[in-house]
Amino acid sequence: MSLLAAAGSLDPAARSFLSPTGVEIVFLLVGLAVLGSAVISVTTRQLVHAALWLVVALGGLAIEFLLLTAEFVAWVQVLIYLGSVVVLVLFGLMLTKAPIGRSPDANSGNRWVALGVALAAAGTLVTLVVDAFRTSWVDLGAGGGSTRVTGEYLFRYWVLPFEALSVLLLAALVGAIVLSRTGKGRVPKPRAGKLRAGKPVGTNGRAASATTARPTASTPPVQES
Amino acid sequence: MNLALPALVPALPALGAAAILATGRRAPGFARPLAILPVAASAVLALVVALQLGTGQSLDAATRLTPTGGPDISLAIHLDGFTSLISLLVGLVATCVQVYSTAYLKGDPRYPSYAALVSLFTAAMFLVVYSGDLIVLLVGWEIMGICSYFLIGHHWESADARSASLKAFLVTKLGDVPFLFGIFLLAGDAGTFRISGVLEAAAGGKLGHPTLIALLLLAGVAGKSAQFPLHTWLPDAMAGPTPVSALIHAATMVAAGIYLVARLLPVFLLSGAALLVLSVMAAVTMVGSALCALAQDDLKRVLAYSTVGQLGYMAGALASGDRDAAVFHLVSHGAFKALLFLTAGVVIHTAHTNSISAMSRMPGLRRRVPDAYWTMGIALVALVGLPPFAGFFSKEAVLTAAEHAATGEALTNGLGPASAVPCAAGWIVLVSGALTALITAAYATRLWLVAFHSPAAAAAPAAPAVEQAGGRADGHAAGAPYSPEIDEADPTQPEPPAMRWPLWVLAVPTMGLGVAGLRSDWLPSLLDGGSLRPSTGTAVIGTGLALAGILIAYAAWSSANARAARTAPAEPAPAPVGAPAADPGRTLLGPLFGPAQQGFHLDRLYSVLFVRPTVAAAQLVRFLDREVVETYVRGAGGSANLLGRLVRLAQNGNAQAYLSALLAGVVLLAVLVAVG
Amino acid sequence: MHLVYPAVLAALLFSVGVYGVLARRNVVLVLMSVELMLNAVNLNLVAFDAWLRDSLHAGQALTLFTITVAAAEIGLGLAIVLLVFRTRGTADIDRLTALGDPNEDAPESAPEAAVQNDRAVA
Repeated sequence: MSLLAAAGSLDPAARSFLSPTGVEIVFLLVGLAVLGSAVISVTTRQLVHAALWLVVALGGLAIEFLLLTAEFVAWVQVLIYLGSVVVLVLFGLMLTKAPIGRSPDANSGNRWVALGVALAAAGTLVTLVVDAFRTSWVDLGAGGGSTRVTGEYLFRYWVLPFEALSVLLLAALVGAIVLSRTGKGRVPKPRAGKLRAGKPVGTNGRAASATTARPTASTPPVQES
Repeated sequence: MNLALPALVPALPALGAAAILATGRRAPGFARPLAILPVAASAVLALVVALQLGTGQSLDAATRLTPTGGPDISLAIHLDGFTSLISLLVGLVATCVQVYSTAYLKGDPRYPSYAALVSLFTAAMFLVVYSGDLIVLLVGWEIMGICSYFLIGHHWESADARSASLKAFLVTKLGDVPFLFGIFLLAGDAGTFRISGVLEAAAGGKLGHPTLIALLLLAGVAGKSAQFPLHTWLPDAMAGPTPVSALIHAATMVAAGIYLVARLLPVFLLSGAALLVLSVMAAVTMVGSALCALAQDDLKRVLAYSTVGQLGYMAGALASGDRDAAVFHLVSHGAFKALLFLTAGVVIHTAHTNSISAMSRMPGLRRRVPDAYWTMGIALVALVGLPPFAGFFSKEAVLTAAEHAATGEALTNGLGPASAVPCAAGWIVLVSGALTALITAAYATRLWLVAFHSPAAAAAPAAPAVEQAGGRADGHAAGAPYSPEIDEADPTQPEPPAMRWPLWVLAVPTMGLGVAGLRSDWLPSLLDGGSLRPSTGTAVIGTGLALAGILIAYAAWSSANARAARTAPAEPAPAPVGAPAADPGRTLLGPLFGPAQQGFHLDRLYSVLFVRPTVAAAQLVRFLDREVVETYVRGAGGSANLLGRLVRLAQNGNAQAYLSALLAGVVLLAVLVAVG
Repeated sequence: MHLVYPAVLAALLFSVGVYGVLARRNVVLVLMSVELMLNAVNLNLVAFDAWLRDSLHAGQALTLFTITVAAAEIGLGLAIVLLVFRTRGTADIDRLTALGDPNEDAPESAPEAAVQNDRAVA
């Protein structure tokens, strides 16, 4: 069951794993980088570093997408993931007062069970996948994932899911806003000021400044504390 | 004769015992008459039965008691000269002991239970003697045993008495189990439990395993009659009251083993090997116990070892094939040993100590107990075996039997061929018997001299040792084994008459049994008919050895005294408490004195061989039960606990735990689907 | 290129993500690991799309949708995390055990305090 020795006889081009196509080599190297940074991301004790290594992993994945001729997806990945998701994560870390530097309790007590489960899952999946796709090659012709093609199929065949997704995004947006409101963060209701008549301008001005200074109440605690 | 008479003989004391137990608490005034009268009545009835039976006849009567699917058990009676003689001995000694006990245990709150047990014991002994069926005999045997254990432990407040009682129980039971198997085997071979049937089968050669049967029965005899190696209980049994020692451990119970062998001698005569084993046992017992008696400091222990040795004599006579001599010695020994114990009780009461070395420091002891002094002297002379007292005749009979067996003409008196007794057995018994005669005389003389005639007592002023209360401070030699009784009597009173005239009653047969028995030959005619007269040569040698022993002991004693007087010439103060007195035993035994005083460390050997492994095994079993078996039980609880804790994890609120379990399950399912 | 490469990379990345989800204590890190898992799925989809080359381009379309849903999810997720942080003062998953059975034996003060907080808040 050696992955490297399985030279498929079905392919007429008589390719073998050891014949270098640049794509494969690059894919492999980038894949290693992705994997490595993913592993570091889930094991490091410095929480912010974890987020940054995640950036590396996701970036690497974008390159993989490129290698697989899915250019639009690759740029969307960079845009969405590296641009907003990771930034959101960093904001989340900041707002939940994640410790800067090493945090001693970054891993829970569950980690050995987690390791076991992960290894089992990895073993199962890899075995399954390798056994199933031993003799399958991807034909990397160019152009399958260009923006033009993507736009075509997206708005021709996948329009309805696209629209549903936008509704989903709206719901998520509204939900996020609602959830992150604090009870105390209300804007104070505007009160009508007292009308004072028959007073000289100087005193009126002073009285007015006094009245305007009143409606302070308790300043709502901004979302940072 | 009317069978009611021999039936009443064991029944009366049993009924007396029941009556005492019933009334003991509510009407204690009845205890003493109920103790004495039934026993005296059955003694009289035994005499009547003996007279009615006459000499040279036997009576057998039986009724089937219970079917067993094998040989039936029958309630059988067998009367002959042997039963007459021994039942008379038992009746006489029991009556004397009961009378003596009324004074000895006067203040004892448990006197009713004591008297009941003694009566029950007497009934059981009569049952053993009269029984014609092996199982009924066994019943009597065991009842005697149990009464003995209870009576040894009568003063159960003291740890000595409790442990002595348990020791007696364990050691004799160790012999009783092979005994039981021997009886079963015997009845299996003979087809019946009746003794007459067994003897017929023996005569007819129908017994298939005579050696095995004989050896198994010998185990029980060794336990009951305190022969080596099961003799260790008897010296410790002296922790019981002295009248108990007199009755049970001198005259009757220990004689039951000898009686059994005598009864079943035709079976034993079928096996030369068993007779040889018996002779070796007897020889070792005789010599060993005599040496131990020579070294003891406790008066009662001297007598206990002496009993063991004299029982060895009887066993030796049986090993030589002559049961008449054995029974003769049994009867005369019963008389003088019971007398010795009763006198010892009087002396101990007065001196307030068991120790002869302490007694040696008491001035004028013999003047305070004149009856005991003289009767003890008489009994000691009988023990030593000087003519014309009964001991001389019976001992000579034993030695004569051994001599005949050694020369190949055993005196079996028609029970079996003379060649059935191996010559080696006869020689062993003869040589050891002679040696024992010498040592017996030595220790008897030592006892007499050290206890009553010590010059240190005459020289010392009215020593305060006399007035010391009983207990550890009563001046016994340090390190010597000592079994003190709890002393209840008042030492300032002279002995009551109830403690004095039984002594003289027993002194009569001590003095006259031999002469009277052999003069008109009625004693041999009562037994198997063989002549019990000693041969001249044996008589001379035996008496010579006894006299030699006396002289040696006297010489050792006087030299020890002279040395003691020299080393402490100007000591006006009495000897310090616990200092060894001038002891001829030390001089005579030399380096053997220490081991002999401890019974040659046989107790320690048994402890190492049997007690410690048993205790270790018990601890092992306890360990296994606690750690192994209990572990399973605790494990069951623990595993349920563990299971609960595991299941609880599904509800602990930790989302990661839930998820882990979920994913693990999914992976497992995937694998199963892929594989299966 | 052999299909095994992207497939295996996706499988391994997914497992790493599983480990991260189950082993990390901080909720934000857990969300990050969920992102890893989603990306693995995306890689798989793209690779199979390149392999199959169907006219519907289902793989790439679904990848785009997955990315969108992931973004929405993480936005909402972080909002929830912030809410939790505000009320509980902690972002540790270990301590969010209010839905568990209370255990009399275990001397855990934080979840019990959290339980009482929860009751007070609710």
